[in-house]
Amino acid sequence: MSATLPSRDLPRDTPAGARQAAEERPGFPLVAWMICLKGIVWREALRFLHQRERFVSALVRPLLWLFIFAAGFRQVLGVSIVAPYKTYILYEVYITPGLVGMILLFNGMQSSLSMVYDRETGSMKTLLVSPLPRWFLLSSKLAAGVAVGVLQTYVFFAIAWFWDVRPPWTGYLFVAPAVILSGFMLGSLGMLLSSLVKQLENFAGVMNFVIFPMYFASSALYPLWRVQEASPLLYRLCQLNPFTHAVELMRFALYGQMNWPALGIVLGCTTVFLGLAILAYDPGRGIMARRAPGAG
Amino acid sequence: MRNWTLGALVAALGLSAAGPAHAYKIFVSNERGNDITVLDGTSFQVIDTFAVGQRPRGIAVSPDGAKLFVCASDDDTIQVYSTADYKFLGTLPSGPDPELLVVSPDGTRLYAANEDDNLVTVIDLTTGARVVEIPVGVEPEGMGISPDGQTIVNTSETTNMAHFIDRDSQQIVANVLVDSRPRFAQYKADGSEVWVSAEIGGTVAVIDAASKAIKHTVSFEVPGLRSESIQPVGVRITDDGSKAYVALGPANRVAVVDGKTYEVLDYLLVGQRVWQLAFSPDGKHLFTTNGISNDISVIDVENDEVTQSVQVGQQPWGVAVADVPATTN
Repeated sequence: MSATLPSRDLPRDTPAGARQAAEERPGFPLVAWMICLKGIVWREALRFLHQRERFVSALVRPLLWLFIFAAGFRQVLGVSIVAPYKTYILYEVYITPGLVGMILLFNGMQSSLSMVYDRETGSMKTLLVSPLPRWFLLSSKLAAGVAVGVLQTYVFFAIAWFWDVRPPWTGYLFVAPAVILSGFMLGSLGMLLSSLVKQLENFAGVMNFVIFPMYFASSALYPLWRVQEASPLLYRLCQLNPFTHAVELMRFALYGQMNWPALGIVLGCTTVFLGLAILAYDPGRGIMARRAPGAG
Repeated sequence: MRNWTLGALVAALGLSAAGPAHAYKIFVSNERGNDITVLDGTSFQVIDTFAVGQRPRGIAVSPDGAKLFVCASDDDTIQVYSTADYKFLGTLPSGPDPELLVVSPDGTRLYAANEDDNLVTVIDLTTGARVVEIPVGVEPEGMGISPDGQTIVNTSETTNMAHFIDRDSQQIVANVLVDSRPRFAQYKADGSEVWVSAEIGGTVAVIDAASKAIKHTVSFEVPGLRSESIQPVGVRITDDGSKAYVALGPANRVAVVDGKTYEVLDYLLVGQRVWQLAFSPDGKHLFTTNGISNDISVIDVENDEVTQSVQVGQQPWGVAVADVPATTN
C-alpha cells in the first residue's frame, strides 16, 4: 500500500502523467488552488459570455411569469397578509421570491446539463485530471454557476422594480447570502442529478421529474395556507420540498428578516446534495467508476 | 467637513428610523364587536379594548384630546369616554341612530347626523344639552366643519346633497347637488374647499367654500377593477393642503389625490372595505379602518406607502386619534 493517494481513487483511463502527479501530491500551495478556481470560473464566464441567449432566456422565463402569469392571477384586491409581509400585497410582489428561486433552479439544472455535455464531449476529463481534490473542482464549478445565477437574479430584481415590486432597499443586500446559499443548494442538486443522467437527451426527464414538481409543489406560486386549504397532501409535499424553504429564506431576507428553520433546512440540504455529488463523482464509488468499463 | 456631513447623515437616519416618540393613541370603533380598540401611536400595537354601546360607528376626540365621543347607533345615543383611562363619562342626547359626528374646533359644540330622522342634532358640550335639531335631506350622514367653526356641512345620502349650515343662524345657507350617495365632507385646513365623497357616484366633489360651487370632480379608476367596486367614503386632507386621501371602500385602496391639481397620484392597497381615515397628530401617518378584514392599515404619508396592517376588533368602522400619552392605567 502506498502512503499517497490510493490508486483506486483514480479513473482507470487517467493519463500516466496525471496519475503520477496525483500520487506525488504532497499538498498544494494556495496559488495552485487559485489557478484552478480561476480556470474553472473563467471557463464558465466565457461560456456565459458566448451564450448570451442563455442569459436572456434565463431572464425571459421569470419575466414572462411576472408580466403574464401574475397578471392573470393578479388578485387586484390583494393577497392576504402572510409573514414576512406586514400588510396586503399584490400577487406580483408575492411571486417575486419564487421567480428568483426559478432562476436559480433553472440555473442549477442548466449547470447539470452542461456537465453532461462536458462529459459527452470529453472536456470533463480535462477537468478531472487536475491533481487538486475532486471536491474542490466540483465546488469551484458550482461557485461559477452560482455567480451567474446571482447576476441573473439582480438583473431580474432591477426589472421587477419597474413593475412596482419594490422591497426595502436593504432587502437587496440581505437577500444576497440567501440567494447564494439557495444557488449552492440547487446547483449541487443539479450536479448530483448530472451524475445520474447518462445522455444529453435525458435532460427532458430532469425538466419533467425535477424542475416542474419542485417548482409547482412549493410556496413559490401560492402561500402555503392556500395550498393547505386545497389539499393537505400537497401541503405536506410542499413542506418536504427543499425548494420551498429556499424560496422562503429569500422571501424573508428580502424584507430584512431571518427565517431560521428555512436556513437550517437549506444548509442541511446543501451539505447532503453536495456530499452526494462529490461521492457520485468519486472515481472509486460513483457513476464514474460504474461508467468506466464501457466509457470511451 | 466630512465629519460634519457624516454626523448630519447619521442624525437624519436616526431621526427617520426611530423618530422622536410622539405619544398618542389611536381609537378604532368596531361596528360589530361593539367595542373600541386602542392602539399605541408609536408601536401601532393594540394596547387595550373596551366595550361601548351597540353598533359604534362615528367617533371623534375633543380638541383637548381628553374625551372620546362614540356614536352608539343602535343605542340612539352618543357616549363619552375618557381617552386616558377609558372610563365612561356619560351620554349626550344625540337623537336616534347617530352615525357620524363632528366637534367644533373650540370644543363647545358637537354636531351629529341622525340617519333615520333626517336631522342634524346640535349639542352644547358645556352643558351636555341638545341645542337644536336642524332638518336636512334624507339619510344624513357625512359631517364636516370649517376650521373657524362657522360653517357645518352635512351630506344626505338619498337627497345627494351637501347642506351648508351656518353656526349662528342654525339654518341651511346653501345646498350643493353632488353625485349619488354622498358619504363624507372634509374641509381643507385653510377653509378654502370642501371635499365631498359620493359612494355610488364613485367621485369626490371639490366645492369652493366661498361660492359653494363645484370646482372639480375627482373620479377614480383602478386597472382591473370594475367601477362599481370603487366607492369613495372617508376623506382626509393634509394640513398644507398638498395631498388628499380618499378611502375607496370595496376597492381595498386609498387614493392619493394632488390637493392642487386634483390629479390622482397613486392608489395604495390596504385591507378589505376601507372605510374611514385619520391622521396622526404629527401628520406623518394615516390610519384606515378596513371593515371586512377586521384590521387597520398604517400609511406612511411622506412616501405614500402602506407600512403595515394591524388586526383590531370586528368590523372596524371609525378611527380617531388622541394626542395623549399611550400609557395603560
